[in-house]
Amino acid sequence: MADSARTLTDFFGLLGHRRAAPAAPAVASPTAAPGEASHPTKALPKFLASLQSREHPVLLDLGPVVGSNVTFFGEQLGCRIRVEDLAADIETHVKKGTLDQLPAFFATRFPQAPGSVDGILCWDLFDYLEKTSAQALATALTTILRPDGTLLGLFSTAEARESVYTKYVVVDPAQLRYRTYPASRPRQRALLTGDIIRMFKGMRVSDSFLMKSNVREMLFRKNPV
Amino acid sequence: MWKRDESVKPATPPAPAQAAPAAPAVSMPPATSERRTQLQGDNVNIGKSVVIKGELSGSEDLTIEGNVEGRIELKENILTIGPNGKIRAEVFAKAVIVLGEVTGNVTASEKVDIRDNGSVDGDITSPRVAIAEGAHFRGAVDMQRGGNAKPAAAKPAAAAAPAPATPAAAGQKVGA
Repeated sequence: MADSARTLTDFFGLLGHRRAAPAAPAVASPTAAPGEASHPTKALPKFLASLQSREHPVLLDLGPVVGSNVTFFGEQLGCRIRVEDLAADIETHVKKGTLDQLPAFFATRFPQAPGSVDGILCWDLFDYLEKTSAQALATALTTILRPDGTLLGLFSTAEARESVYTKYVVVDPAQLRYRTYPASRPRQRALLTGDIIRMFKGMRVSDSFLMKSNVREMLFRKNPV
Repeated sequence: MWKRDESVKPATPPAPAQAAPAAPAVSMPPATSERRTQLQGDNVNIGKSVVIKGELSGSEDLTIEGNVEGRIELKENILTIGPNGKIRAEVFAKAVIVLGEVTGNVTASEKVDIRDNGSVDGDITSPRVAIAEGAHFRGAVDMQRGGNAKPAAAKPAAAAAPAPATPAAAGQKVGA
């Protein structure tokens, strides 16, 4: 009896291990809230490296405020970081029913002088925009980025229609934690890589990674003048 | 031990520290009752109903639960904006803890801590900044590298970009 119990325990133990390793693309972090997991990132270390050569870089974060990210980027880069929550802007336009005004809104959204920003964290914002709005945002961001400045964008490659925004919490330079919160609008049709590249006229793709989480991480560098 | 600033000095001579608990409130002359302050050990508390317009400076820790407009300067001390505090001012302090609302730029020589439900609308300049999950922040954060920070140690790790610890981490590079 004891032997059979041990055998069963061992059997279930083996099952547990098998399930955890290859099937789960994410790693549960000890500090994560229930249901949160850490996902690897390849582009973030390169993004950080591109900014570390600057003495006091200016960083623009277009996602919602994440306190630990502010601390992380501040300590890693000694940078001036400005948080402009564009997800909140999109949400406002969705609720007001003024999505058609988004392109004009993006054209005047950023108070930064042209060529004054060293790095931009776009996260997955483009997934929530239609083509015209996405193009307007890409143009505005290209304008404010300094020559050779870096932009990090995450683009979904799967047709996910869930109505959630994602907060990307930096765990360390190689890992992000995805934390979702409700949105009034689902992700739009996944953009094709060629369309993304064409959107950022005046920029070049320095790195592109297709992750197992169905996210394409792309790093753009603005062309020198 | 604590040097009291003239602007918040009570009309009566300051009570010794051990006497503070026995006399928690210092009555002010009617003309200055708007600036009613409460002594709580070595911390001065500006109550909920107090409204101050102008420049507030001092050399001891201060908790504000009321409204302040103008400029606050506590360069060697800790400023706490309580849950009821509403500040529309430029703030300079050693450390700033925000549980209420601040509109204006905040400069701290040590740390700015925006706690849950705290709100800052303005730029923050400080070597250390902590923003809690439920906090509101809109503006820029300028974290100069202080002498105690060790970003250089983190740099090589970031630049080297070691392969993620798990096999699932492997991303596929498809472009260059």
